[in-house]
Formats: sequence, structure tokens, C-alpha cells
Amino acid sequence: MIEIDAQGVYYKRLNDQIHKLVQQGEKHIVLHNINGQRYIGDGVPGEEVLIEIFGVPGNDLATFMDGPTLLVHNNAQDGIANTMNAGKVVIEGNAGDVLGYGMRGGKLFVQGDVGYRVGIHMKEYQHWVPILVAGGTAGDFFGEYIAGGRLILLGMNCEDGEPLVGDYVGTGMHGGKIFLRGNVEERFLGKGLRTYELDDEDHKELTEILKEYCEDTGWNYDEVMNHPFVKLIPYTNRPYGNLYVY
Amino acid sequence: MVIKDAYPHDEKSISGCGLSGFMHQDGKRVGGEDIIQSIALLHDRSNGLGGGFAAYGIYPEHKDEYALHLMYDDSEAKKQTESLIDEQFQVSLGEEIPTRLVPGIQDPPLFRRYFVHTRPDCMAPGENENDYVVRQIMRINDNISGAFVVSSGRNMGAFKGVGYAEDIGHFFRLEEYEAYTWIAHGRFPTNTQGWWGGAHPFTILDWAVVHNGEISSYGINKRYLETFGYRCTMRTDTEVMAYILDLLLRRHRVPLKIACKVMSAPFWKDIEHMDPEEHKIYKAVRMVYGSMLANGPFAIIFGRRGQMVAINDRVKLRPLVAGRKGDTIYVSSEEAGIREICKDLDEVWTPRAGDPVVAQLEDEVLM
Repeated sequence: MIEIDAQGVYYKRLNDQIHKLVQQGEKHIVLHNINGQRYIGDGVPGEEVLIEIFGVPGNDLATFMDGPTLLVHNNAQDGIANTMNAGKVVIEGNAGDVLGYGMRGGKLFVQGDVGYRVGIHMKEYQHWVPILVAGGTAGDFFGEYIAGGRLILLGMNCEDGEPLVGDYVGTGMHGGKIFLRGNVEERFLGKGLRTYELDDEDHKELTEILKEYCEDTGWNYDEVMNHPFVKLIPYTNRPYGNLYVY
Repeated sequence: MVIKDAYPHDEKSISGCGLSGFMHQDGKRVGGEDIIQSIALLHDRSNGLGGGFAAYGIYPEHKDEYALHLMYDDSEAKKQTESLIDEQFQVSLGEEIPTRLVPGIQDPPLFRRYFVHTRPDCMAPGENENDYVVRQIMRINDNISGAFVVSSGRNMGAFKGVGYAEDIGHFFRLEEYEAYTWIAHGRFPTNTQGWWGGAHPFTILDWAVVHNGEISSYGINKRYLETFGYRCTMRTDTEVMAYILDLLLRRHRVPLKIACKVMSAPFWKDIEHMDPEEHKIYKAVRMVYGSMLANGPFAIIFGRRGQMVAINDRVKLRPLVAGRKGDTIYVSSEEAGIREICKDLDEVWTPRAGDPVVAQLEDEVLM
């Protein structure tokens, strides 16, 4: 294990150092006094690599990341897991806007709330299925243009009647699945989208994902499961198939 | 005025402006070091083509006078402006704004400030002091080539220019001032030039606005504001925000909450679902003040005497984070910008689109 004091260290130097350490075979890097350094974990390969972060990391964390596990012990900011390929990011606090943009694989687990535009254009191919789970609430445009993957929102701290997700949910969705622990008014859903009850396959999949999520984030699994979920998917095969057909 | 190309080497780099601000609601005044440190952390959100600060409570010894901060390209602009100021105001003190040489700050214009009272004998019948000051500022900005009013409020001032914000802060020796509210901006101009007057904050009377984003409705806003005597002379969109605030909050006495919903209006489809009373209010707001809707992406922080407010556009297209420690409210484009100057916040949150964060002096006497 290598510990780095990142107090006042500019992001370029810090990330160069991380890349170099991983190249040299280091498996466990602990970063202390992080505050706002961008691009941590970006493009870093290696499934056995664990990077722990103390402090609030800057934007675009884990972009293009390809294998490692990133453990953030505080809140995190915007643009996490952009086009991420493989690995896992766990945020033990809240996270910002535009998470998992165009995510292609791996997992992003946020313990608390997430911001606007989360899970936009996530995609999947064969066994590459990205998974994004947030324990709190989300803002507008949750899962906009989602084409694949699993996007799960738990609303664990929602007061009675408080919406767990904002407006324009799944606008332009044409693949993947969104699971909400709770419900959403139909007027907040994107066109061509509907809520469904979970089938057996959904249950199996959700159970597996949430067991791992709860172990990583500290939520009580039974409490999480002790509430109805809904599934959001498009109700036609090609909801936008006729959009540009005149 | 030398106007720099936004992309001097034909390079585009992806970023966005940086904002930071805090207010000690108990009226405690502090030097500029903290705000410089906070905006310096957001260095990479800007590109060196603009940085600026607004500070409230910095001139207690002149707190009843308008503090006019002026920027001059040359001595001719200074001469013409000073003759106008001498004619239209009672000047108790005119002096250079102290600056120091800082690497990275090039070709600064001249900066002077004047502490003034209005002259009742010059005012139009029925005109109040503030309207009179606005009219004179518009005259200077619009008619005197090379002269721009940087700020014009009482017991406050704006300091801005071309450079990274932290360098501008050092240039203006901000550690020598004490303010209860500090607001800062690091600029990344995308559509307009980088020039000294185009840096944020934009101000009028004691309003100061810093902005990340772009006001796509600038044309509509500008035309509407012109019918109320405002002149948009700064060659950039954010300027309209300052005049919108002045018109709504000072002249039309619209409550703050409603003014925020004018700029960041709810969608018609959501108004349809409001209860009858709210429905009536928001329908009226949109119909009466449609031309002051600020459309397009924005996160802004604005200050006025005794108050600091931060607000997003209606679909939150720019980042904004708020925090609180005791009596102090912090806002910034990034949580890290706040943590940089206050590690152990009591709470930290991200405001929803269109919902303002409001900090207010607890004791109005301090204003």
C-alpha cells in the first residue's frame, strides 16, 4: 500500500504519479487531503487496483476507467464515470450532476443523493452492462437517452410524499432498465415510457446488485428491499423509429 | 481598449466559469485572502481572460456615500468623466484605487474611486437618488469613450479585470479590505471578448452579479431593459442580470422569491399543476415579466447590501453547491471551492434548479 498526501498537489502531477504507480504494479493507493483534483482514476487499468480517496475529489472522476475500484470516503462532484469501461466506484456520500454519462461497463455506487442528468446515454453490449445505483434522490433528466445498463434509485431518505426523482425521467430511453424504489408521476416520465411491475428476472438481477451495493455503502439490505420497486422501460421496441420518417 | 481574442492560439479547451462567494451573516468582516484562495482552487474553470470580485461592507467610513469605481483607458476619458462627476455629484474624496504589479496582469487601465453624494439641485423633478445615480452611470458608460463604471453602490465595491481571478485579487490588494460578503468569478469567455470591462461582476448601484453560463435571451432582455433607461454597453450577456435585479427588486419592489422565479421561471406545464393561488401568481409573473426570463444555462451569485443570493437556471445547466458553517453561508461551482476555505462545514447541499440560496445579514444596522 502506498499513501500520498495530496494537499495542494496539482491534478496533473497527482494523476501522473497514480498512473506510474499502477504501471509499476502497485495494487493499493490511498490518497489523503484530496480537494478538487480532477480526473482521478481516469483511464487507469487493472482489476486488482484499489484507490481510496479521503477528501472531495474534483470533476470527471473515473472517466474511461478500466478495471480498478475507487473508494471515495466523502462527497464527490460532477461527471463521475464518464464513458467508464470496467471497475467500480463507490461514493460514501452525495455526488453531483452528469454521473455515468455514456457509461459502458462497471459499477457506480453512490450512497446518498445524486444531481441532475444522471445516467444519460448509458449503453450495454453483450456482457458489458454498466450499473449505477444511488441511495438517495435524483434531479431532472435521470436516465435521459439511456440505451443500456441498469439505473437504480432508492430514495432511502425520502420523506412521505417527497418525490425521489425529478422531471423528464428517461426521456429518449430506448434500452436498458431503470428501477425506482417508489413511484413517479406519469407526467414526469419521458414520452414512450411506462412503469412496469418487476418480473422474476428483474427480481433476481436487482437482488444481486443491491446485495453488493448494500455491502459497499452500508445501507441495510432488508430495509432497502422492504419497499415496492417499479421498472421503467420503453413500451415499444423502437420508440423513435418513426421520428425522422416523413 | 485592447480586446483579447477568447482563443488566442485557436485552441478550445473545455471548461466553464468558476464562481465562489460567502457571507458572514453575523456581519463579521474579513480580508480578501479567503475568497482568493477559494477561487484559485477553481483556477481550471477559467482561462485567464477575466476575474473579479465584489465586496460588501468595505467602506464603513463612507457608508452613506455612493462609491463610484471607475476604469479609464486614458487620461482623456478620466478628464471628461471627472468633469461630469464634479458637475453632477458632491465629491468628498477622489483617489486612485490601490493596485500592485502582479505577474500575469498586463496593460491594466487606470482605476479610480470617488465617494459622492447626489446633488438635489441636479436631479429631475420627482427623481430619487438611486434613479439619478443610475442615469449618470448610463451616461458615462454610453457616452464617454474609454470610461466605464465598475461599481456604484454604497459601502461596497467591485474589482475586476483581465487575468486569472487570483491574480486580479492580488493586483487589487484585496487583503487590505474587510467585507462581510465576498463574491468572486473566474471567467472563461466563450461567446464574447475578454476585456477589462467584460470581466465579472457586473454591477449597478449595490447590485453585483457573477455568472457561469450564457444568457440566450440576452436580446429580448436587453430590448426590454432599454425601455426602462438601462444601456447595455459591456459587450457581454451577464450585464442584463444586474439591470433585471435592479428593475425587479428596487424599482418594482417585487419580492425576492418572485424575482428569482421571473429569471428562472417554472415551465407552463408545471404551472398547470399548481394550486389555484400559486397558479394565478406564476401565470401573472410569466405574462407580465416574460421579457425578463433569463433563458439558457446559468448559475449566478448576486450580492446587494446585506444579502447574498445564488440561483440556477430552471433546468440546472450549470453547477452550484452551497454550504453552511455557523452563521456563514458559502456557495461555489464546486464543493471543493468551499472546502478549500472551510473544511468542516455544518451542512452542504446542492440547490434544485431555480431554488435560490439566500444569505442575509442578521442585524440590519450593520448594513
